[in-house]
Amino acid sequence: MSKEEEGTGGKSRAVRARQRAIGRELRRMYDGVVNEPVPDEFLDLLRRIDEADAEKKKPS
Amino acid sequence: MTRTESHTMEEREPQTPPDFKTDLLALVPFLRAFARSLTGNYEAADDLVQETMVKAWQSRDTFEMGTNLKAWLFTILRNQFYSDRRRAWRQAPWDQDAAERMPGTSQDQNWAADLSDTTRALKLLPDEQREALILVGAGGFSYMDAAAIVKCNVGTVKSRVARARKALLAILDRQDSLPTRERPTEGEAARDIMAQLDRLAPPQQAEGAAKRRTKGRVD
Repeated sequence: MSKEEEGTGGKSRAVRARQRAIGRELRRMYDGVVNEPVPDEFLDLLRRIDEADAEKKKPS
Repeated sequence: MTRTESHTMEEREPQTPPDFKTDLLALVPFLRAFARSLTGNYEAADDLVQETMVKAWQSRDTFEMGTNLKAWLFTILRNQFYSDRRRAWRQAPWDQDAAERMPGTSQDQNWAADLSDTTRALKLLPDEQREALILVGAGGFSYMDAAAIVKCNVGTVKSRVARARKALLAILDRQDSLPTRERPTEGEAARDIMAQLDRLAPPQQAEGAAKRRTKGRVD
């Protein structure tokens, strides 16, 4: 509780620094996933639904 | 008669402007990141992204060219996540094991490759606070785009993000304040958290993004 009380009436410098650190950590986690190589299954999926679509539209 | 995929690809006429497919594929990494944050689970996240891609593909005619495709896809993904979860609850509300395996409730798998204190703390937030914080704080969406994705007004998103930040800090403070010698069994975990915080402490780059978001509030 004491830390919260310190925070009232204008955030302390320390609290802001920690908020920024948390923000960086969130971006690091998110970007970490963004930067992972995309597994082939996603490309395969697009190809499959594309084909299924073509199949459906084909008057045959 | 073996029909390979590439063979079929060559034979048929393109049915859709190639742009949509290219754009969709280019956004897959972002969809995976958002899905990972929602489900907290690698496999459930990728399943969710695949469902999203199928949905997006099926309704690609309803996408207005020139509008934000990323936000459109995120909206589909989020809707899919909550509807899957609702369905799972309806189908097996008595099955505790199934409930624990459901997307979004897994406690044993983290959404990033590493299990940091922030990752753990994030899991303790209510869904609506976590998603708002991820969209704005990590995904770089404007409050307005985030509001459109989660279907509420801008003010609500702002307050959710603010509450999420405050709650995260409080959770981390609570962990931080556990004296290691009084909790011998958690000594290692606590040291780990301390080490992580130390690593996070020195402020460096990425301040630009923070400044953009908190215009004028940065000292």
